[in-house]
Amino acid sequence: MSDVVDARGYSCPQPVLMTLDRIRRGSSAQIVVLVDAEVSMENVTRAAASKGWKVEEVREEGGEYRLTVRQDDEA
Amino acid sequence: MTKLKNLFAGGWGIVLAGGIFGVIAPLLEKLGNPGNMGVCSACFVRDIAGALGLHRAAVVQVVRPEVIGFVLGALLAAVIFREFRPRAGSAPVVRFVLGAFAMVGALVFLGCPWRALLRLSAGDGNAVLGLAGLVAGIWIGTLFLRKGYTLGRSRSTYVSVGLILPAMVVGLFVLRVLCPPPSAAAAEAALAAGRKSVQNGVLFYSVAGPGKMCAPLVLSLGAGLLIGFLAQRSRFCSMGAIRDLILFRHPHLFWGVLALVVAAGVTNIVLGQFHPGFNGQPAAHGLHVWNFAGMMLAGLAFALAGGCPGRQLFMCGEGDSDAAVFVMGMIAGAAFAHNFGLASSPKGLGPHGAAAVVLGMAVCLVIGFTMRDTGEAT
Repeated sequence: MSDVVDARGYSCPQPVLMTLDRIRRGSSAQIVVLVDAEVSMENVTRAAASKGWKVEEVREEGGEYRLTVRQDDEA
Repeated sequence: MTKLKNLFAGGWGIVLAGGIFGVIAPLLEKLGNPGNMGVCSACFVRDIAGALGLHRAAVVQVVRPEVIGFVLGALLAAVIFREFRPRAGSAPVVRFVLGAFAMVGALVFLGCPWRALLRLSAGDGNAVLGLAGLVAGIWIGTLFLRKGYTLGRSRSTYVSVGLILPAMVVGLFVLRVLCPPPSAAAAEAALAAGRKSVQNGVLFYSVAGPGKMCAPLVLSLGAGLLIGFLAQRSRFCSMGAIRDLILFRHPHLFWGVLALVVAAGVTNIVLGQFHPGFNGQPAAHGLHVWNFAGMMLAGLAFALAGGCPGRQLFMCGEGDSDAAVFVMGMIAGAAFAHNFGLASSPKGLGPHGAAAVVLGMAVCLVIGFTMRDTGEAT
């Protein structure tokens, strides 16, 4: 079961803040982030990478993005 | 298509975009735009407010095609790359107020963040105070963001809603074509009669001051379209650059800003437009405290609203009707700033400029303290 961060409807920097907040809490090694803009997808990807997490999968559906980010064991 | 998309969203894309803006702006000055004001979203929106007669500061009334280009260039890019996303409903009235006070702050300093960077790159030392104020204002904004400040979620809406502001700038362009600026002879005659602006049809045109200084229409519009297109692709944002650096230590957008300053500096030197110093700089004053305070207010308002004035115009092109409300706030703020004596001039502060900055800071702080979402929805 992975944590879900629903950042749909929020503009940057909120999606990034919400994702980093969840990463900091450290309750899960895998987080699913929902955003509804490509720019948010880019920003969350960049932010996750800076914390040593990586985006495993991005699924786009109807203009919404579902990002699966995972703690990078090799980092 | 995909390749280009990745190019501009990447690290080099933002540097390239910033570099291109940095070359275009001083070139527009060479071609006729006011000094150190090749592109300034605050000044140019203010000029448009004047052209529509919303304020009567006779020397700053003209339709600036660059602003029209910003919106339509971003719209074009958003449509081509399928990022046009009509949305609405994220605290519009708050965005209106933030837009208005952002404009007041910018007009106390005399420039938006882009112009602050352009002034710096042309050697205007007063810009350092403005930029320091901008950083201070954004830093205050990041404190609120860390505490859960948010304007709330927007919702998807009808395409027609997202097209309202783009349609308005198209309308503005039509007016500009139907009611062109006065001929040189008519402008001379008006000046001789002691008038600083004339009305042609429904539009007002300055015949003296910064408002009469314009690069040729086609080049201004073309430059605006190019900047709007590249900014939409690269997400260029001067406020975001500083905010992300403070909030996340992410330098991505900052590289774009740095590229703009370096490119504009080099272009200014090549064009003979680099004049280091504090005194006698074009459309600037040397009141350090108010250069700082004006931009601090603007920076805080931009941070709370999620974008610098340029970025707000680009987001309008992406269908963000909340950004459109911010822009309308900027237009209203410009009208207030000149009608109520809040805007500065090269001679110094407007009679009520200081009071407006204090009031604006108070309003922004109330917004920052009261709009908090502590329970994150999951």
